[in-house]
Order: sequence, then C-alpha cells, then structure tokens
Amino acid sequence: MKLISILILALTLIIGINPASASPVETFEFRDEVTKIRFQALSKELRCPKCQNQNLADSNSPIAQDLRKELYELLQQGKADSEIVNFMVSRYGEFVLYRPRVSPLTYVLWFGPAVLILLGIIVVIVVVRRKPVEKKNLVLSAEQQDKLKDLLNNK
Amino acid sequence: MGKLIRFLPLILVIALGVVLYRGLSLNPQDMPSALVGQTMPNFSLQTLNDSEKLVTKTDLLGDIVLVNVWATWCPTCKYEHPYLVDIAKDAQVKLYGLNYKDDREAAQQWLKHYEDPYVFSIFDEEGTLGLNLGVYGAPETFVIDHHGTIRKRFAGAIDTRVWRREFEPLIAQLIEEKKQEK
Repeated sequence: MKLISILILALTLIIGINPASASPVETFEFRDEVTKIRFQALSKELRCPKCQNQNLADSNSPIAQDLRKELYELLQQGKADSEIVNFMVSRYGEFVLYRPRVSPLTYVLWFGPAVLILLGIIVVIVVVRRKPVEKKNLVLSAEQQDKLKDLLNNK
Repeated sequence: MGKLIRFLPLILVIALGVVLYRGLSLNPQDMPSALVGQTMPNFSLQTLNDSEKLVTKTDLLGDIVLVNVWATWCPTCKYEHPYLVDIAKDAQVKLYGLNYKDDREAAQQWLKHYEDPYVFSIFDEEGTLGLNLGVYGAPETFVIDHHGTIRKRFAGAIDTRVWRREFEPLIAQLIEEKKQEK
C-alpha cells in the first residue's frame, strides 16, 4: 500500500514537472487575449524548419526561437493569419505548414484517403453482390448413392 | 484477368516496398528552398570588418556569386572553411560571407586565424537577412546568378565531393548563360 502511494506521488511529480521543464522559456506580452490565442494556434500550426517533427511552440532550436519572435512581431503589427502564413511559406517553403495547402501537388494527400475508402466500399459492394458460384454436381450420381448406402449399412 | 486480380495485392505491396525503400536513402533535411528562382532579397547591413560601412544587394550583383552563411558557433563551418579558401581562388565566382547571428569580435578573430576567403562578410547579427533568405542554420550556401536571382540553396558543409556534385555543374551552366547573353 505504501509502495503504491509512493509510486503515485512519483508519477504526479514526473507528470507535473516535465511539461514545465520541456517548454521553451520566453515571455511575450500580448495586447489582448485574441492575439495570444492566435499566437498559440499559429505556433502550433507552423513547423520548425530545423527539427522537422516539432512545431514552433515545441522546439528549442534557435531558428524556432527566431521564428516565434518574428511571429510575435508580425502579430503585433496587426498582420492577418493568412499574411503571416504567406510570409513563412515564401521563405521556408510549403514545408513549414503542418496542414499543407490544397494544391495539385497535395491532391493525393488531401483526397487520397477518401478515394481509398471509396474504392474499398466499391470492392466490398461488388464482392457482396456477386452471385454465389453455381453449385454444380451437388446431387450424387446413382453410383455414388449406392456407395454411400453401402458404407452406411456396413457400419 | 481473374488470376491477375489475385496477384494485385502482391504487386501493390512490392510497389509500396520499392517506394519506401527509396525513401530510406533520401535526406530529409534536403528541402527545396522556396527562394530558388526568386531575386535576392534587399538588405542594408554592416560589413563584418567595418561597422561604418553599409552594404546592400547591389554590392553583390553582376557576377556569379556564392553567399556562404557562417558563424563561429557553428562547428561544421570550421570543417568547410579550408574548402571555401580553395573556392575563393576560383576567379569565376565571387564568394561573400553572411556572418549569421554571431559575435563581431569572435568572427573577426576567426577570419584572422583561419584566413579570410570572402570578398567581404555581411554582418547579420539579428539574422534579418537570414530570415529573408529562409536560412535555418549554418552553414548554408546560396548561388546567385549575375541577374541577382537565387539559383540554389545548399544546406550543410561544402567539401570537394559536394562541390563537384552540387556546385560545379550549376556554375558551368551559369557561366555559359552569361556568355550567351553577351
């Protein structure tokens, strides 16, 4: 019992401490709550160009710090979200977007899953509706019938 | 037809395997720059050696130009430095430095210590030009043609092998383009 409570305590400590020590240390003063929420949303949507599987909010790399600062500046200047996204894309490429824009290049990405599901549904429908294979020769011939009787009687 | 359908899953799996296997040998850091084909962004910054002197984009134009992003905090820059010294001897290209988010004194020391291959180094303490160029680390090297259009961005260290493979063909092509326009 004691062990369990110690374990739980240890767990809460780990869970409680980790996020705080892992998040980058910066303080930004926002002019209002909306800007703050937009900052948080954008820094989650934008990908760090250096550490490729982290977003700007997550990453501690110098370039992510710079880009967070730039993002803050752009927000303070009153730029719209789309303008900010364009600013980043024009410098770092489509790569910085975690949600790529719909373009001929990303059609497969956006519509591929839907097309695959549709294909799957079609296949299932075709398979289910296909007429069962005709059952031929299910009736025993006279010869077989005799053999069967024979076998049964012998028992 | 019926038989072919039976083999379809196998064929698909093999095709997928080929695609994924190819992916193993690709470098995920090797991203196309958004700026290739764009003109070099404008800037007005001090040179590394002279805080009084401002340089702008026009100071770079007219030749086939390499802009090498470097910093003293970057260990890979040290590795590629001797190759840059070598490249600087090539009269066909002009090599400029972009000292990126660095300490001026440390950077000056570095160039004194290791030999300065650059025509001059732009001092980009805040990383503003770096940001406009889409730089996300050092070293990076940009090839800019005589019209001021960015033709290539290379992230990583240059050495003889990389130079031969990545740069030489492009530079030969640019020299050819320049000749034909004359």
